[in-house]
Amino acid sequence: MSAIFVILEENGGHISRISWEALAAGTALAEQTSLPLHAVVIGSSTEALAAEAAAKQVAAVIRIEHALLNAYTPDGWTSALHQFLTANPATYVIFPHTYQVRDYAPALAARMNQVLIGDVTGIAAGPVFTRQLLQGRLNGSYKHASDGPCFVSVQAGAFRADALAVGSASVTTFAPTIEPSQIRTKPGAPFRASAQTVDLSSAPLIVSVGRGIKEADNLPLVQDLAAALGAELAASRPICDNGWLPMERQVGSSGQTVAPKLYLAVGISGAIQHLVGMKASQCIVAINKDPDAPIFEVADYGIVGDLFEVVPALTEAIKSAK
Amino acid sequence: MKIVVAIKQVPDRDAPVRIDASGKWIEESGLQFAMNEPDAYALEEALRLKEAQGGEVIVLSAGPERVGTTIREALAKGADRAIHITADDLGTRDALGVAKLIAEAIKPESPDLILTGLQSEDLGLGQTGVILAELLNLPHASLILHVEATGTGLKVKRELEAGWFQEIELPTPAVLTIQSGGNKLRYATLMGIKKAKTKEFRAVSAADLGQSSAPTVTLGQIALPSKQRSTQILSGSAKEAAAALVEKLKFEARII
Ligand SMILES: Cc1cc2nc3c(=O)[nH]c(=O)nc-3n(C[C@H](O)[C@H](O)[C@H](O)COP(=O)(O)OP(=O)(O)OC[C@H]3O[C@@H](n4cnc5c(N)ncnc54)[C@H](O)[C@@H]3O)c2cc1C
Repeated sequence: MSAIFVILEENGGHISRISWEALAAGTALAEQTSLPLHAVVIGSSTEALAAEAAAKQVAAVIRIEHALLNAYTPDGWTSALHQFLTANPATYVIFPHTYQVRDYAPALAARMNQVLIGDVTGIAAGPVFTRQLLQGRLNGSYKHASDGPCFVSVQAGAFRADALAVGSASVTTFAPTIEPSQIRTKPGAPFRASAQTVDLSSAPLIVSVGRGIKEADNLPLVQDLAAALGAELAASRPICDNGWLPMERQVGSSGQTVAPKLYLAVGISGAIQHLVGMKASQCIVAINKDPDAPIFEVADYGIVGDLFEVVPALTEAIKSAK
Repeated sequence: MKIVVAIKQVPDRDAPVRIDASGKWIEESGLQFAMNEPDAYALEEALRLKEAQGGEVIVLSAGPERVGTTIREALAKGADRAIHITADDLGTRDALGVAKLIAEAIKPESPDLILTGLQSEDLGLGQTGVILAELLNLPHASLILHVEATGTGLKVKRELEAGWFQEIELPTPAVLTIQSGGNKLRYATLMGIKKAKTKEFRAVSAADLGQSSAPTVTLGQIALPSKQRSTQILSGSAKEAAAALVEKLKFEARII
C-alpha cells in the first residue's frame, strides 16, 4: 500500500527540530489523505534515531542503513532513498528544507521523473502547497500533477513540532545496495570559521543593516544609531558578503540566531534566510522604503521611508530622549 | 579547464512587483532585469579558475530575447563565448523541464566543470544545478564558496548552516552550485564591453533541444503574503515618525 514517508535528519545525535516539523507536515497530509504516515531515518547506525521517531505517532519507522551511509553524501543518500522508494511506493515524500535536503532531494526527485516542491510554508486542502517567490515578496501556490510520488520539503518554522502526538511504532530496517565506487564525492569534517569575538545572541538591543545602506561609506549612519541606543550592530548577508562588516555580525540561517529585546532592521527586505535568525526577537522595528517589503510581515513597528532621512532623525530623537 | 556557467536573468531586486492579469506571474512590461546574484558569483568563480588554470568559460542562459543583455554582461566581464537557449515559454516548464533543456545544450560541449548559482532570486527553487548533475550523471556539490583545482579533481568549500563549513573533494567533470559571497565581483571594463561585441554568441531554440514533457509540478495563483504580526506603521515626516517611534519604544514596548 502507498504511504507518506517523512525523511528525518540527524543533528547532534538526535532527530533535528526541523525534521519534527516535517513530521508535523506529514501528519497534516495524513489527516487530509487518510494515508499511513511512515518516518524514515538514514545512516550507518540508526538505532537510537529510529527509537526517537518510534516514540511519535507514526504507523511505522524505517531504518535505511548501510556502512557507506556513515557520512552524508548526495550520491549515497540519493541511491539509498531511490532504492527504498522503488521498493516502497510513496504518494508523498516529505523532507525538512535543510542544506542537506537541498543538496540531494532535487536529484532524487529527478531520478524518479519528479520535481521537488521545495521550501513549502503551508499545505492547504487539495493539497495545495504554498512557497515563497521573489525572496518572500510573493507567495505561490503549487500543485503536483503526476502519478508518481510527490516530493515536498518544508521551511523551518512553518509547521509546529510541539503538536506531535506520542506513540509506539514498529521499526523495520531496509538495506540498500551501495558500492564504494558509487560515492563520488569525499566530504570533510564540518568546521567553523575563525573564533567569534562578538556574541550577538546575548545583546539586548540590536541595530541591523541591510543592502538599503547602498555603500560601505554610509555605515556610520547606522553605527551612530547603534551607539545612541547602546546597541550591537548586526547585518544581513550581502553586507558581510561585500566585506563591509565581518561575517560574525551576520544574522540569519548561515549566520547567528538572535532574540534581543529590540531588533531594529534598517534597509533589510526580510528574506526567509534572514527572518529565521531574528523573528523570535521581542520587538521588531523595520525601516524600509518599500511598504510591501516582507520584513513588515514580522515587524511590530514600521517606518516606511528613506533610511537616509529616517535614521539620522531617529538617532537625534533617541539622543534627546535620553 | 573548460567551464560552462549557467546564468539566469531575473527581475531587478528593487523593481516594484505587480501581479499580472492572469494572477499567475508578475507584470513584466516595464520591469528592469538583472543577472541573478548567485549566478554572478558563479561566473566570477569561473573567471578566476580560468585565470589561474587557463581554459575557456562559456556562459549559457535560457529565456526570451531580453536575456541577451545579461549574456552580454557576462561576456563583457570576461566569458569567452555564449549560448542562448531561446524560449518564451519557460514559465510553463517545471525545474526538471528547464534543466533538461540546459543539459541538452551542455552535452555537446563536454565541459570539465559546470557552475550555476545556488538559487534564483525570482522562483527560488534552488534545484537547477543539482538536477543538471543528475541528468548528466556527474558528481556535484552545492552551496559552494570556493573552488580549487587539485590536479586530479576539485577541492571545494561548502557552506553549512549557522556559520559552519565543510571541504569536499570530487573528481571532474562535476557540477557545482555557487553561493554568494565567496569572492568579490568584478565590474565589466569599457574594454570588456567592446570586446564582448565580437565574441561568439550562439542561439539555439528550445524546440531544437527536444520535446517538452508535461510538468509534474504547476504554479497556480500568486498572491501577496499575509502578515504574521500587526505592524504599527508610524507615518509623517522622517522627524515625526522618528519621534513617534521613540515614544512607542519608551512607553509602549518599554525597551529604551
Ligand atoms: C542558503 C542561503 C543562506 C542565506 N543566509 C542568509 C543569512 O544568514 N542572513 C541573511 O541576511 N541573508 C541570507 N541569505 C540571503 C537572503 O536570501 C537575502 O538575499 C538577503 O537577506 C537580502 O539582504 P537585504 O535584505 O539586506 O537585501 P535586499 O533584499 O536587497 O533588501 C534591501 C532592502 O532595502 C530597502 N531599501 C533600499 N534603499 C532604501 C532606502 N534608501 N531607505 C530604506 N530602505 C531602502 C529595499 O526596499 C529592500 O527591501 C541566504 C541565502 C541563501 C540562499
